Amino acid sequence: MSNPPTELLGTATNKSGVRASEVPSTGGRTGIARILLSRDTVMIYTLVFFVIYAALFIPRFASPVSTGFLLLDVIPALLIALPMTLVIITGEIDLSVASIAGLTSALMGVLWAAGLDIGAVLLISLLAGVLAGAFNGLLVAVLGLPSLAVTIGTLALFRGLALVVIGDNAVANFPPELTSFFTSKIGGTGIPTVMIGVIVVAIFFGVLLHFTPFGRGLFALGYSKEAATFVGIHVMRSKFWLYVASGSVSALAGIYWTLRYSSARSDNASGLELTVIAAVLLGGVSIFGGKGSIPGAVAGVLLIGTINFTLRLNRISDVVLIIVTGTLLIASVVAPSIFEGISKWRHTRRNRRILPPASALGATRATASGVQERK
Amino acid sequence: MEFIRPTTGRRTRRLFAFAAVAASVALVASGCASGSDVGTGAGAEGDLSVTFIPKQLNNPYTDVVLGGGQDGATAAGFTGIEVVGPLEASASSQVSFINAETQAGTSVIVIAANDPDAVGPALEEARAAGAKIVAFDSDTNPKYRDVFISQVVAKDVALIQVKLIAEQIGGSGEIAILSATANATNQNEWIKFIEEELASNPDYTDITLVAKVYGDDDDTKSFQEAQGLLQAYPNLKGIISPTTVGIAATARYLSTSDYKGKVALTGLGLPNEMRPFVKDGTVTAFALWDPAQLGYVAAFAGKALADGTITGAKGDKFDAGDMGEREVGADGLVIVGPPTTFNADNIDDYDF
Repeated sequence: MSNPPTELLGTATNKSGVRASEVPSTGGRTGIARILLSRDTVMIYTLVFFVIYAALFIPRFASPVSTGFLLLDVIPALLIALPMTLVIITGEIDLSVASIAGLTSALMGVLWAAGLDIGAVLLISLLAGVLAGAFNGLLVAVLGLPSLAVTIGTLALFRGLALVVIGDNAVANFPPELTSFFTSKIGGTGIPTVMIGVIVVAIFFGVLLHFTPFGRGLFALGYSKEAATFVGIHVMRSKFWLYVASGSVSALAGIYWTLRYSSARSDNASGLELTVIAAVLLGGVSIFGGKGSIPGAVAGVLLIGTINFTLRLNRISDVVLIIVTGTLLIASVVAPSIFEGISKWRHTRRNRRILPPASALGATRATASGVQERK
Repeated sequence: MEFIRPTTGRRTRRLFAFAAVAASVALVASGCASGSDVGTGAGAEGDLSVTFIPKQLNNPYTDVVLGGGQDGATAAGFTGIEVVGPLEASASSQVSFINAETQAGTSVIVIAANDPDAVGPALEEARAAGAKIVAFDSDTNPKYRDVFISQVVAKDVALIQVKLIAEQIGGSGEIAILSATANATNQNEWIKFIEEELASNPDYTDITLVAKVYGDDDDTKSFQEAQGLLQAYPNLKGIISPTTVGIAATARYLSTSDYKGKVALTGLGLPNEMRPFVKDGTVTAFALWDPAQLGYVAAFAGKALADGTITGAKGDKFDAGDMGEREVGADGLVIVGPPTTFNADNIDDYDF
């Protein structure tokens, strides 16, 4: 085992279990089949089917107006889900994202009310997000404190700071050209203009995670921090920059929120962190780290957003929505475990039947125990 | 080691990318598929529909307002009556509900705004699609609605609460306010008048307002804030809670503590919720209007707007069923009636 590409090391083990159940010898399910049946891809199918179903059977859904309202609603969650995916893949979490968005919003309001130029307001607010993220990064990556505890702390801290900054006031008189730009649509497509920016950010994180050594390192990090260190991944540096990225994108979401609703308040985006994490997990990102993809996470956010939107279109209470989201999330977490259990059982049974020689048995056991280790 | 295969990894990524592109294309395509259907829901001829969007659902006060609203809407002749709303009273939570109503082509939207400006752009879109906007209970920025139905004159609500607390604490001592959310439009307006009255009226010079706390219209939070107030200010003589959730939670705390009967409590409460606390001596008197009338008048105002009887201009008059004729004042303001004071003598006469 001399420094194999780490991402492959990770996915390969997972694959070996599935593959062995198809053809016990050396071959097995090809790369294509594996991808088409992976958890992230299944979520994309679910999204596509649900959208088609909604377009066909839900009155008034199939119109550009839907696309516009739906996307405007999900943009904050969509933005934050991108760095959140990377953070969760490394086995960490960031619960302070919504509070950073709230703090950014509050700061924008106060600076704008103080008469600063809008460009300066946006820049300082974004910088505040970067600093907030760096603070998280310092505590989690550099000092090595548990991210759950740290970000629960900063969740309260940043929201508290937002209240200190703006108090019980609300600032609403942002430049109308800017606020109307944030709700404007591209021609008659119904797609909000800001989606262009969101797509750019999504591509950035997608490429970063799936096509760069840094991104592959994150998967390795999520599997095993020690192993990642040994293969030369800068654990501390990677995590630190992820939190900075998370803070910055949360600030972008806060800026969007403020200008979309043309209202800067301390309670903006409250509770958004749980929506984002639920959507990301639903999109196939493993809470234990090491597994997940940007397309999956995006599909998760869009799926929850679409379900949400169709329920509201039919005037079904939000109570139903939270129950549906919760059930989906539990199902999405439990289902893979069940499937894995079944395939492991079939795998073991087949091994007993067709692999009597001691040497072969030993080899398979090694792979099987490899699967277990990553749980 | 045979499972390490670089080629598979590359293919993996390509497929992911393909799947993602396919998904987004499908999403956009289905969104655009029937572009010609835009606005089919709008303007259902002859059938007038009304949708109430309260600050949040499952709030006892809101339920009474909505009950009156539904009675009013039925009496006014609306055919479709709906109630939708968020579960938490946050600033922007109402926007997606307004959007859904815009798409449904609802004729009249009756809204109690959680934030006067956050709902603005969405309401403008709804108006552009032909909907009439009635604000009730908590106003939006006046440029986003046609009329605002106010329970009472805001100043009267503030004055009656100051008067009640002054009577109950004997005209001097420390008092505190336990409000709803820090951004609530109506509560903040009343608090402003309360502060002005305390500062300007010579009768109240010995009364000091020592704290304003926010229970966020959440029972547990309000209960804890009440507890905190009494610990932080040992000389506190009275609490004003201008919100039904806050006053009920505070009364519950006081009634089980040593402060019962020693610390006065008044504010705006629902008779049914406050009855036990008035009977056991925790609360002497509190105030409120009949919230059902608020919803009732709002429904009729919506009907008059949709019919074109009124435009929301000053001096417009409309029929409000059992409530008689109402007149629109300056800034599209419609007043329902004066606040009522409830005490041990009259509380059993009310059921809401």
